[in-house]
Amino acid sequence: MCISMTNLKIDGIAVEVPDGSTILQAAQAAGINLPTLCYHPDQAVKANCRICVCEVEGQRLLQAACSTPVTGGMVVRTNSAKVLKARRMILKLILAHHPQDCLNCIRNQNCELQTLVEEYGIRDNPFELKLKGYDEDNSTMAVVRDQDKCIVCRRCVETCSVVQTVNALCVEGRGPGVMVTPVLGKSLAETACIVCGQCIHACPVGAIHEHEQIDEFLAAVADPDKIVITQIAPAVRVAIGDEVGMATGEMPMGKLVAGLRRIGIDYVLHTNFTADLTILEEGNELLRRVKEGGKLPMFTSCSPGWINFCETFFPDLLDNLSTCKSPQQMFGSLAKTYWAEKMEIDPSRIYSVSIMPCTAKKFEAARPEMNDSGFRDVDLVLTTREIGRLFRMFGTDFDKIEPSGFDSWMGKYTGAAVIFGATGGVMEAALRTVYEVVTGETLDDVNFTVVRGMEGIKEATVNLAGLEVRVAVAHGLSNARKVMDQVRAGESPYHFVEIMCCPGGCIGGGGQPITKCNAKRAERIRGIYVEDEQCPIRKSHENPEVKQIYSDFLHEPLGHKSHQLLHTHYAPKNKTIL
Amino acid sequence: MPQELRIVLRNVGKIDALKIDEYLDAGGYKPLEKARSMPQEDLIREIKQSGLRGRGGAGFNTGQKLEFTFRAAGDQKYVICNADEGEPGTYKDRVIMQGDPQAVIEGMAICGYAVGATRGYIYCRAEYSYVADILKAAIAQAKEKGVLGDFEVEVCLGAGAYVCGEETALIESIEGRRGEPRCKPPYPPVSGLWGKPTVVANVETLANLPPIVEKGSEWFSGIGAPAYPGTRVLTLTGDVVNRIFIEAPTDTTVREVIYDFGGGIPGGKKFQSVQVGGNSGALIPESLLGAKIAFDAMAAVGATLGSGAVFVLDETRDLRDVVCRMARFFEQESCGKCTPCREGTMRIADICEKVSVGKGRAADLALLQEIGEMMAIACFCGLGQAAPTPVLTAIRHFDLLGGKGCA
Repeated sequence: MCISMTNLKIDGIAVEVPDGSTILQAAQAAGINLPTLCYHPDQAVKANCRICVCEVEGQRLLQAACSTPVTGGMVVRTNSAKVLKARRMILKLILAHHPQDCLNCIRNQNCELQTLVEEYGIRDNPFELKLKGYDEDNSTMAVVRDQDKCIVCRRCVETCSVVQTVNALCVEGRGPGVMVTPVLGKSLAETACIVCGQCIHACPVGAIHEHEQIDEFLAAVADPDKIVITQIAPAVRVAIGDEVGMATGEMPMGKLVAGLRRIGIDYVLHTNFTADLTILEEGNELLRRVKEGGKLPMFTSCSPGWINFCETFFPDLLDNLSTCKSPQQMFGSLAKTYWAEKMEIDPSRIYSVSIMPCTAKKFEAARPEMNDSGFRDVDLVLTTREIGRLFRMFGTDFDKIEPSGFDSWMGKYTGAAVIFGATGGVMEAALRTVYEVVTGETLDDVNFTVVRGMEGIKEATVNLAGLEVRVAVAHGLSNARKVMDQVRAGESPYHFVEIMCCPGGCIGGGGQPITKCNAKRAERIRGIYVEDEQCPIRKSHENPEVKQIYSDFLHEPLGHKSHQLLHTHYAPKNKTIL
Repeated sequence: MPQELRIVLRNVGKIDALKIDEYLDAGGYKPLEKARSMPQEDLIREIKQSGLRGRGGAGFNTGQKLEFTFRAAGDQKYVICNADEGEPGTYKDRVIMQGDPQAVIEGMAICGYAVGATRGYIYCRAEYSYVADILKAAIAQAKEKGVLGDFEVEVCLGAGAYVCGEETALIESIEGRRGEPRCKPPYPPVSGLWGKPTVVANVETLANLPPIVEKGSEWFSGIGAPAYPGTRVLTLTGDVVNRIFIEAPTDTTVREVIYDFGGGIPGGKKFQSVQVGGNSGALIPESLLGAKIAFDAMAAVGATLGSGAVFVLDETRDLRDVVCRMARFFEQESCGKCTPCREGTMRIADICEKVSVGKGRAADLALLQEIGEMMAIACFCGLGQAAPTPVLTAIRHFDLLGGKGCA
């Protein structure tokens, strides 16, 4: 196909870009990076911050580069005196209405506004600092809104309403009183917010962030009576590099484990172990539903943001959810029962910390039903970002640190568990196991590439010894909603559906290092599959520790103990939905 | 002595607005009939050649707007009458709608035929609910008479936001969202209401169409200023003897408006300034009163014709208070979407307040100028671009720190 091109001049540089490109894109092609705040590569153009304004010859008004299409022969000046003067004035205006507490802001050194202020050399401000005086909203105990810091770019609103179709946030008021706020004047917890934390990635400043629990962690490791154990989710390793100055996917697992020991964790175990276990439980649950005429399609249940979404928006379809707890919660209940027994440790002394790419995991761990071990199953959830901060606080030098291995009983895992971190991964892991269980044959090729990648909804049909199993994978709740609407209408052709709340899956979770665009998510996904390839065992049912837990403790998938410790139930949330 | 020329107000005060028969007796709906007998291209060419330009403030050639909409592809097209008359001191659209609602509806139907639109909306400011009642009654009568053919008109009430006078914010409001301007392009003639090609025209513009169709483009283009032909309906407020509305040809000067139609300044006081075009208009000093009430003539003196409001200030008015009041208006009416307007209107108002209590310094004026000049070229829509005009022109033409008198 032939793409027609437009020629123009930007700062004297002749550029040729595809028709319909914006000045912003053309400037990038010319090697000029323009400042942006409301612009987001994966979102609709808003053009409301005006920081990208440029001069276009023949136009009296400055034009926003993000929203202005190029025309043939256009002459653009991106850095004329007039432009720089306007941009600096705009920055001063934003700054004078924004708390200038950068030093103790959670986004210090990772803030788009701070970066621009530095780049534009804003040294003084003629305007008196005016604050809006809002209280912080920590009603969800997972996602915190600090409204005073909001610069009303509205990226979070689009994420919440368009990407996730949750509609918890809206724009209210007008003039200087305009604000992004939870809908209907409610606190965030009272809205339909599912605490996925995708708004955190959208925010250019520190107006939305995780409920930070570093102090609780430090208190636990300082307490001699507590035995601090940890699990790491599969998506953490590929992203943690962003927090400690290492390229995406480059952090070796052994160094990560060693780093966790440095910050005071006594035993380092892996969520991947229970991810493998999930495949055994969930795979068998699927087969049972198919054989016994249970509710189909069955939905995966690993993603707590997705569970919140289903309980809020599709309470009539809760029976379609797998009853399996998420790997985090399976780990939590087993750590204080099975693992404590094996280690001969009093479970009341165990302080179970999970390291998650996710803000919704904080909510999930605090669910009142998650105490099947007789204790709160997971005591604390730290996000990848919080762990990154701890590594920096402890001066962990990952170049020099000696790698370490996982501790016993719940530390071994397969490539099938690794890919849980990416969209399609749970499905692929399940297919690897279910295929072999049903057919009794060994898979020649374990790679089900059809369910991989950033496509919003992926479908496949797999032949299992004559049974055509139709599966679908959706990530990002706008995609999940399409699949769910189909189920609700009684028109779903699927047996099994994997849903992950966040775009790209857990690698793009709300607790990950600030993820500015989907391209970054795709990069992490590549890191996940590289790790899978490198695993000596790539099928969950071949995990030796999983085999052991069934022989020593659980006895069989879906058995009595499993039912008690590894499965859960769901309840409608009865929230106002918009 | 200049005389009024009533084209837009031809029937106002002469017929009963709620009796369509009286409008028909006065020749109403004959122009629509005539328009419908013409090929659409010819009708559009006629309107284009008349030189009629939008009376809402932007002054865009109406025929050209119709042509763009006509040429745009769309299974459905719309005509919107902008009756969100929100400029303080402006009530010309109300006078037209109250006195001759059928003229506006007929104008819409002419546009509808020209561009191929079968649906029209009148977006009426919520404060004019009693005008909306008149419009609804008039629409019902026109429907009953069958004069509109397949053209349907509906009245939409605004919700009190000044920014909804901006055509894309108005469209957002009709669609049920926050009244905020959209990115342009695409402009409404290509993608407007519900994403369809849409003509958005002011009440006064539409009321001009039936006489233009009836009497022809040559007749109209010969009236008033050649580059902005026709008349303007002006509303006189403030320190002027006759606080009235008039309709005058566009070659009338501001001085004639104030002194001949308005009867000058009351109480033997001296003139200080006049603001033409609403709150976002320039504060004009005596030396520029020779400007004509035409789009380009006003632009040539750094002012705008805008909504046709004429707000006169005598020598006793403290300009510091005047601009402060205007600045607070914009702070309140900014929709808050774009940074320069959201933050700039507030800062301008704050500094104006400082100046108004006598604490202003030269540096404050410099800062006002710096904010204002940035807003004028960097804001998202016309509201923010025009909001600093009173302050900027007060600084340019007057001794703002002193509060009054020419600099």
